[in-house]
Amino acid sequence: MKGWRRKGGRVLGGFEQQEAAVLRGLVSQVDDMLRARAEEAPQDELAELTGIKTGPSEGPDDPVLGRLLPDFHKLDPDQPAQEDIDSASALRSLHEPQVLDAKLGVAAELLNTLPPEGGNIKLTYEQADAWVSALNDVRLALGTALDVNDDMPEELPEDDPRSSHLGIYHWLTWVQESLVQALTE
Amino acid sequence: MEDMTTPVEAEQTLGEDTSAGDQPWQTIVWNDPVNLMSYVTYVFQKLFGYSRDHATKLMLDVHHKGRAIVTSGSKEKVEGDVAKLHAAGLWATMEQT
Repeated sequence: MKGWRRKGGRVLGGFEQQEAAVLRGLVSQVDDMLRARAEEAPQDELAELTGIKTGPSEGPDDPVLGRLLPDFHKLDPDQPAQEDIDSASALRSLHEPQVLDAKLGVAAELLNTLPPEGGNIKLTYEQADAWVSALNDVRLALGTALDVNDDMPEELPEDDPRSSHLGIYHWLTWVQESLVQALTE
Repeated sequence: MEDMTTPVEAEQTLGEDTSAGDQPWQTIVWNDPVNLMSYVTYVFQKLFGYSRDHATKLMLDVHHKGRAIVTSGSKEKVEGDVAKLHAAGLWATMEQT
C-alpha cells in the first residue's frame, strides 16, 4: 500500500498480498463479532409480522463490541440514574439493528472489493466511503483490544505482547488517513 | 449551514455550541483516542452537511474540550443522529437540555 489517490472520479490504491490478507482477516473478525451480536437479537412473532427488528436491550459485555455499539446515554459509571438506564435500553433495542446493518454493510463492501491476492483496486466514492468506515471499525476494535490511549508511544518495547499488533494498528491508521485525504482533498 | 456572522451566533458565544438553540435534545460527541481528527471532520460534513470550517471547529472542540454538541432537535431527530454517528464509529450520546 503506497497510499490512495483520486483519479477520474475513482479512488485508486494497491495492496500487497500479505497486506490484503491482514486487512481481510481483521475485517472478517469484526464482521463475525457483529454477526454474532446480531443473532442475539430477540426473535418474536411481532418482529416477524411487522418486519421491524428489535435489538437486545443490554449492551455487549465484550469491551470491543461495547466500543462498536456504545450506549445512547452517558451513564454515570458509579451511580447511573435508573431513568437513564431504562431509556438507554429502549434506544439500544430500537436502533442497534440498523447500526449493525450499517457496519456489516461496509465490512461486506470492503471484502467484496479487496481481492485476497491483493493488487490494484479502483473504488467509486461510495465504495471508498464504505471502506473508510470499515477501516474505522477495525481500528476501533484493535485500538480497544490494545488499550490504545492518547499517550501511546509509536512503538512498544519488543517484549510487550502488544508490540506487533500495534504496528498493524499504526498501518491501518495510515491507510485510513490517506483514504480520508483522498476523499476530501 | 451556519453563518458565523449572524447576531444569534454572537450572543451564544458563552454556550458550548452555536447550533444548540432552544431545542430539547442534544447530540454529544466525546473524545476518544482512536478516531482520527480528519475522519471526525469528514463524518460531520458527510452526515450533517456542515461546511468544512464548521465541521473542523466541532472536531477541535471534541479534541480539546473532550466533547461537543453537534446537533440538536426533537428526540426522534437526535436518536437518529446518534445512531448514524455510532454507525460511523464515533462515540456519541444524547441528553435532554
